[in-house]
Amino acid sequence: MSVSDNKDPITIESQQTEPFPGDVHPTAGGGIVISKLDEVINWARSNSLWPLIFGTSCCAIEMMSTAAAKYDWSRFGFEVARATPRQADVIIIAGTIVNKMAPVLKRLYDQMADPKYVIAMGACATSGGPFFYNTYSVVKGADHIIPVDVYIAGCPPRPEALIHALITLQERIKSGATREQIKVEKF
Amino acid sequence: MHNETLKSMLVELVPLAVFEEGSEWPTIMIEPASWKSLALLLTTTPALQFDFLFCLTCVDWKTHLGMVFHITSTLHRHTVVVKAKLNRDHPEIDTVSDIWKTAEFHEREVYDLFGVKFLKHPDLRRLFLTDDYVGWPLRKDFEDAVNMIKL
Repeated sequence: MSVSDNKDPITIESQQTEPFPGDVHPTAGGGIVISKLDEVINWARSNSLWPLIFGTSCCAIEMMSTAAAKYDWSRFGFEVARATPRQADVIIIAGTIVNKMAPVLKRLYDQMADPKYVIAMGACATSGGPFFYNTYSVVKGADHIIPVDVYIAGCPPRPEALIHALITLQERIKSGATREQIKVEKF
Repeated sequence: MHNETLKSMLVELVPLAVFEEGSEWPTIMIEPASWKSLALLLTTTPALQFDFLFCLTCVDWKTHLGMVFHITSTLHRHTVVVKAKLNRDHPEIDTVSDIWKTAEFHEREVYDLFGVKFLKHPDLRRLFLTDDYVGWPLRKDFEDAVNMIKL
């Protein structure tokens, strides 16, 4: 796992992402691509993220809209939403997490194969949102249960906001800055 | 049937009925003890045939708990509302799940959130909350020091 020494992740994120990591050295009759394997792997992973079907309230409607023809997240490499965590790369927590749902969410996350990424979509998944005060049943932020990479504001967020979060996640993966990658690097 | 004719029929059927005015449907106020017999009358009387309980809920008025039943007839297309005041310390009322099957889950929900005990209910246990949950969260005086952040 490598974050380039002279660049911090934030500046990488703000840059236009390169089509393929590495440099081409022209030689007679073609060229040689010089790259880091880690960067190639991250590039590949970031462009094929399979989301898990997980929607607990109205954010799920926006997520469906994002997946459907008009917004079509498969343009960015998000496709084939999986109905099983074993085949999913990213879980989009689309909705309120109540105390009764919390152990289910934890189990789904644990069942996902590494590397796995988490997006907290909307106010409820970020902080409990409209259910922050005077509630007996709502978890005040999904990050109490599983680590979250990208948060989206909104109640619910528009499909554009979700696509922005997905692209942000891709750029984080490319720069090696997701929680999963940081965790691996520490060991 | 129009509300006025329905109301006069109900007065005929239950002479002691107390009506509440000013709502969309005729509203009868009853004692909890007479609820079951009234429910049987409403379903079995041929001119009424209230065969569909479409809403069963509870309101915490702080002084008492108010049960509210919305019943309609899919044949005659008329609707009646029945209200009953329950003692807040020992809220008890007969189940109507043997008359309208849908009441079984509705009553479990009200039991779950308000703690109303439905007598002779076939399976009165919590519906949404976990079985080991303590308290009735939709009561106005409910406090949960662990989960609640007061505004």
